[in-house]
Amino acid sequence: MSQVQVSTDKTVLREYYLLRLRLAGINFLQFINKLRRHPAGMTGLIVLLFFVFIAVADPLIVPHNPKEVHLEDKLLPPAWMEGGKSEYLLGTDQLGMDLFSRIIAGTRISLLIGVLTVGISIMIGTTLGMLSGYYRGTLDNILARFADLLLSFPWLIFAIFTMAVIGPGFGNLVFALTFKGWVGFFRLVRGEVLSEKTKEYVEAARALGQSHFKIMFQEILPNIMNSIIVLGTLRIGFMIIMEASLSFLGLGIQYPEPAWGSMVNVGRNYLLNAWWISTFSGLAILLLVLAINMFGEGLRDILDPRLRRIE
Amino acid sequence: MQAAKIAERILIAIPVVIGIGIIIFLIMRLTPGDPVDIMMGQAGHVSAREIELLTEQWHLNEPLHIQLGYFLRDLARGDLGTSFTKGRPVWDLIKGALPATLELALGAAIFALLLAIPIGVISAVKQNSFIDRASMTVAFFGICMPVFYLGIILMLVFSVKMGVLPTYGRISYEVMLHKVTGFYMLDSIITGNWAALGSTLKHLILPSITLGFPMAAIVARVMRSSMLEVLRNDYVVMARAKGLREFSVIVKHAMRNAMIPTVTVIGLEIGMLLGGNMIVETVFSWPGLGRLVVNSIFVRDYPLVQGVVMVYAFTFVAANLVVDILYTYINPKISI
Repeated sequence: MSQVQVSTDKTVLREYYLLRLRLAGINFLQFINKLRRHPAGMTGLIVLLFFVFIAVADPLIVPHNPKEVHLEDKLLPPAWMEGGKSEYLLGTDQLGMDLFSRIIAGTRISLLIGVLTVGISIMIGTTLGMLSGYYRGTLDNILARFADLLLSFPWLIFAIFTMAVIGPGFGNLVFALTFKGWVGFFRLVRGEVLSEKTKEYVEAARALGQSHFKIMFQEILPNIMNSIIVLGTLRIGFMIIMEASLSFLGLGIQYPEPAWGSMVNVGRNYLLNAWWISTFSGLAILLLVLAINMFGEGLRDILDPRLRRIE
Repeated sequence: MQAAKIAERILIAIPVVIGIGIIIFLIMRLTPGDPVDIMMGQAGHVSAREIELLTEQWHLNEPLHIQLGYFLRDLARGDLGTSFTKGRPVWDLIKGALPATLELALGAAIFALLLAIPIGVISAVKQNSFIDRASMTVAFFGICMPVFYLGIILMLVFSVKMGVLPTYGRISYEVMLHKVTGFYMLDSIITGNWAALGSTLKHLILPSITLGFPMAAIVARVMRSSMLEVLRNDYVVMARAKGLREFSVIVKHAMRNAMIPTVTVIGLEIGMLLGGNMIVETVFSWPGLGRLVVNSIFVRDYPLVQGVVMVYAFTFVAANLVVDILYTYINPKISI
């Protein structure tokens, strides 16, 4: 019996990778073309990119240090109102900190929390979901029960409880949000793996003698990536709201750090004479989450219309 | 047969409740550091008496699995321990605050369902019309809007600027109400106190809208999409062909079936209602469970935090159980 000769010639490999790169490029262009026909998704993407730009350029564009106290300028209204100063575009808070600079600086915190918590959740949830759906057995039983149990906790209550026990702070916040965050991805990936496993390409890979690891992460994973990306995008908006809610309650990121949720909370005590503090800080959260969800729903319609049913 | 299935469903809920108890227990106990140290360090005003109370109450001198055993035993007896700061049994405090929370949750659910179901149906029937687009845009906002921000904006508009609705509490200080059940609406009706009823209603409006809005948004979207699916079915076409009036086709034939996925979502949304409740109660200084737990977090009253979180989690499980049972009435074909 002759063995199949697999060529590892460098030129062939180069050709192969170039071809893959070109295919990826074509896919990307097709995606952009489809997104252009989805006005809501496109608008979401543009606004989101704007927020990302702000978060990255933050130190270069803030007019003031976001934590600098100017007691002589406290509770100043926005620049266009009577009594407002042009150097404080959106006014100041009770310690005279510039609201505009704080909102810009808060963008970084919100986006970072959203991306970080969802990223970690995807890694844990995908790995466990993959193992669980692929191997089944005891591991699957235990993980699925545990996931069900975590799901029987309302999200916010679970997060509030965890933060209450472990205390406020950035790291703790990420921990509290990912503790339950991986479950959504676990269930998604597990379900997808269960149905992908029976398909021909997996059988073919098995017949070729590929290792389980390769089948899981090189064959199945690329085929279910779209669903993960869609759920991940929509989850980022959700995590940002969760972070803002915890910070609002004083359990997340604490004042004077420029987190939007805690800024809304501080402004709550000054609604009568300084409405702008809560209003603009909250508006920033609303706009960012709107943009992410609009983009996320656009992605879903293009990449994975089946997910629409899960709403 | 039906009763047996319901009993089976209740039996399945029991391990879930025990599992929730264990998770809460583990988070409380396995946090790095001794619970007493944490409380001493973070609160700074924990007395020797409180340490003694906690060591005794949580059996901190015993190994972890024995502690868990005691914890589950106390739970089964309905003993949630004693609050540090109030010096009263946690269960008593919860009983005192529960009616306020339930009244608010009920108000929010009524607001949400009365608004969302008709909107979902109308949007589906008049797909792509102005009403459909407008209400779905509002619903999308409802999903993206943090609850606390909505509360503050409503407060700013209706209380601070217009001065028509109160900003905090359940009833005006000037109004006297004889408390019978703790549900102010019910109490005012029982005692025939119409001034109190008016004041209670006025206080209930903004918190209910705030809490109910996100639920309304999601329910309206789901109701719309399941109505759209149902309206394409043969039996709806058939009902129309029989010459039934459009109203009865939609209400009797389509809506009933479209309600099935909606009920699932309502069950899940009860969880959001409970979580959002903590925030809304904080925003509107509503004297319920949510405010009780948020306040007790800041004074490190661990038994109280643990007790209230348990009650929240159990309520969620119980609510979903009720939804599951309701299912069978809407669609007897589904077995629970």
